[in-house]
Amino acid sequence: MSAKKASNVSQIQEDRVNSVLREIMAGDPVRIALSVLLGFFIGAIFMVVFNTDVVKSWSNFGADPNLALSTVWWTVQDGYGALFTGSVFNLSAGSFVEGIRPLTETLRFAAPLIMAGLGVALTFRVGLFNIGATGQIMMGLAGATFISTRTHMPIILHMLVAVLAAIICAMLWGVVVGVLKARTGAHEVIVTIMLNYVATSLFTYLLREPNLLLEANGAGTPKSDNPDGTARLGRLLGPDFNLHYGLIFAILAVFAYWWLMERSTFGFRFKMVGHNASAARTAGIKVENTFIWALAISAAFAGLAAANQGLSVDGGLTASIEAGIGFDAITVALLGGSRAGGVVMAGLLFGAFKAGSATMQVSGVSPEVLGVVKALIVLFIAAPPIIRAFYRLPSPSIKIIESAQKAKAAKVVS
Amino acid sequence: MKLELRNITKRFGTLTANDNISLTLEPGEIHSLLGENGAGKSTLMNVLYGLLQPDEGEILIDGASVKFNGPGDAMAAGIGMVHQHFMLIPVFTVAENVVLGNEPTSKLGSLDLEKARALVKEISDRFGFQIDPDAKIQDLPVGAQQRVEIIKSLARNAKALVLDEPTAVLTPQETDELMDIMRGLAKSGTSIIFITHKLREVQQVSERITVIRQGKVVASPSPKASASELASLMVGREVDLNIKRKPPKVGAETLVIRDLTVLDDRQHQMVDGVSFSVRDGEVLAIAGVQGNGQTELAEAILGLRKIHSGSIEVAGRDLTKSTVREVLEAGLGYIPEDRKKDGLVGDFTISENLMLDGSYAPPFAKGFEIDFANRDRIAEELIAEFDIRTPSATTLVKQLSGGNQQKVVVARELGRELKVLVASQPTRGVDVGSIEFIHEQIIAARDAGKSVVIISTELDEVLALADRIAVMYRGRIVGIVDSKATREKLGKMMAGIAA
Repeated sequence: MSAKKASNVSQIQEDRVNSVLREIMAGDPVRIALSVLLGFFIGAIFMVVFNTDVVKSWSNFGADPNLALSTVWWTVQDGYGALFTGSVFNLSAGSFVEGIRPLTETLRFAAPLIMAGLGVALTFRVGLFNIGATGQIMMGLAGATFISTRTHMPIILHMLVAVLAAIICAMLWGVVVGVLKARTGAHEVIVTIMLNYVATSLFTYLLREPNLLLEANGAGTPKSDNPDGTARLGRLLGPDFNLHYGLIFAILAVFAYWWLMERSTFGFRFKMVGHNASAARTAGIKVENTFIWALAISAAFAGLAAANQGLSVDGGLTASIEAGIGFDAITVALLGGSRAGGVVMAGLLFGAFKAGSATMQVSGVSPEVLGVVKALIVLFIAAPPIIRAFYRLPSPSIKIIESAQKAKAAKVVS
Repeated sequence: MKLELRNITKRFGTLTANDNISLTLEPGEIHSLLGENGAGKSTLMNVLYGLLQPDEGEILIDGASVKFNGPGDAMAAGIGMVHQHFMLIPVFTVAENVVLGNEPTSKLGSLDLEKARALVKEISDRFGFQIDPDAKIQDLPVGAQQRVEIIKSLARNAKALVLDEPTAVLTPQETDELMDIMRGLAKSGTSIIFITHKLREVQQVSERITVIRQGKVVASPSPKASASELASLMVGREVDLNIKRKPPKVGAETLVIRDLTVLDDRQHQMVDGVSFSVRDGEVLAIAGVQGNGQTELAEAILGLRKIHSGSIEVAGRDLTKSTVREVLEAGLGYIPEDRKKDGLVGDFTISENLMLDGSYAPPFAKGFEIDFANRDRIAEELIAEFDIRTPSATTLVKQLSGGNQQKVVVARELGRELKVLVASQPTRGVDVGSIEFIHEQIIAARDAGKSVVIISTELDEVLALADRIAVMYRGRIVGIVDSKATREKLGKMMAGIAA
């Protein structure tokens, strides 16, 4: 009896941790939007505080307060204006084609973020905190690069086979996590972090192997050949734009994810396990196998992101082609509330950050501000009370008291 | 000490949990607070104990207004609370637990356990508790642990004790002992607020009764009122506590369990060589105090828990090594004892919860896709048939009352073709109206020729439903008796004394 009570206490604590994690991973749209807003606001403070013009004008605040205030305004406008120019539309461009290019760049950067983000989102819905997209992308890159540089096939077929290879290699990596979790109970966070290291090093190792991925006539540094022309993801809008067919894969991935999670019986099972594994088990579902399936399918999305990267490079690739997508994917999934539509929006936002950072730098604002904004957004999403305090939103504690009382009442009667 | 709660109102958002409640506790009186779950009893007691601040109203002690900012203030004012879940440290002795948080010290500041021991002994002797100050909590039976909780309060000079559902974890004998202790305490001047939903106990022990319904005091009936009267006051309409049932028409033995042994997660033998069989058209109730292996038995039957030895057969088919899905497909319906944890997904809608265990196959699935039309149609049918009170089929289950949540589980399990129904605590935490309805459904399943197993710690429920009663004690079946067995006999069996 007494031991049972002790386990009840730890059960309650575990429930609380789980419910907080679930709140974070599920994501409430209003709270997310407010987090983004607050992130931009604090980013603006950074721009202002470390800007020499602003500092100068404020030191003469007494003499010319208007100048001091307007300098603040213009600094922020310049910074975020450059972000807009670099990621959406260039108002000062000579032609429409020039003007619209930033938007296509945003789409190009967003595509792999969306694909990998969907993968992470899927595991969030199953209640797994999977941060292994980086490793899965590395393995996918190995597969795609091998097919695209070492085999020869007709056009399109070659590309499709390379994409498939990326998906399969990434999936195998995901299954390793699933099996370790299901069979040994190892926590997916630790397993995925460690497998990220393994995969990154393994990919570089493969890049050094002359028989596998190393470029044919290179200097011996770990770098691959350029993918065969037949395997490349072609340009979508002609030679004026860098945007390539990766975007089509991203759109297909979004629809596949939506169907899987909202329409299919698999998605229902995934969500059931994610919300209440114990009830799922009682309903006859093999929870451990569900974990393995979820991680495998999740990794397939990461594999698509890998193919997007590996089959669109010019001049061979190194491990840096991953470009932090695996890690950003976690943020995108969190920001998107793990929903298909949300992930698209979050992927576009982060794609815009990537596309616009160069323009920002040119305008004299350090693009690292965007890194701060990005990190803050995630921080705010991960700590809901900050957002509630800042915007004076009602605390859910009333609900907590009510539900705690109801839960207690339910237990009392026996 | 005279304790008064005057015009207490407590709101949570739009919900008024306590609406102008007044309650007086005279010195040396046992005052029962009767009400269904969610009626506002716990909120009122949390206000009294300083855990919640009332929006309106005040607390008076001997006529003087007091304000409690936390349990510490309430304790200092002489109010003690015994929670249903004991707040004791299992590896500490009784004396250590009693003084925890208020430790007597010697002149040098070290813990004076002698003083603690003497204190426990003095209180224990005064009220005839028979508690050894040096016993470890984990070695004591539940009834004794509860007395330690009471000693804890008395050691802090509590003049008013709140007992929150104290009998839920006790055997009938232990309950009788507690009643004696309560009377003894009252005689010595300690007043008691007794929170319960068990009408029999209220009738036995109270001097005054206050019934709360939907946050309001609705009546203060005499302790001589009948159980049906009290129940009607609690629910707000006429309640018939007696279920009418025809004599069983029994058929073949459909569920057969032989020499079943099951271990819990810590490898303790929780079910120890249990054998029984259930025939079509009868209800076998498994009675017993909580924690005597019933949970593990139910989980083993469903295939959730590995069977160490023995066998389980449904309709001649061996299911000893089957998965949960195979057991469900063999025609076993299962109502888990903890619906929130095992029976429902709170964040899913009612219609989604109604397909929890059948989502992979027709009628709920069409190929790999969910058949949304069928899902919604079946949900509407079951909501009507099982009287689930909800604004719509797309309401989240966590927003339903306990009774309606349980009806969702019952509807799902009885809504498909069954041979056997295994129901654990089918009406725990459920309002009286829903209890009536769920009991009727279970009897209807029995009359339709299904084999029904009810696992319940509520003797009233067992006696209301069972055709035969098996009593479990420490993992074994003490005996199987027919439904005419007396309460006394069953009580003895629940304490391990074979019939």
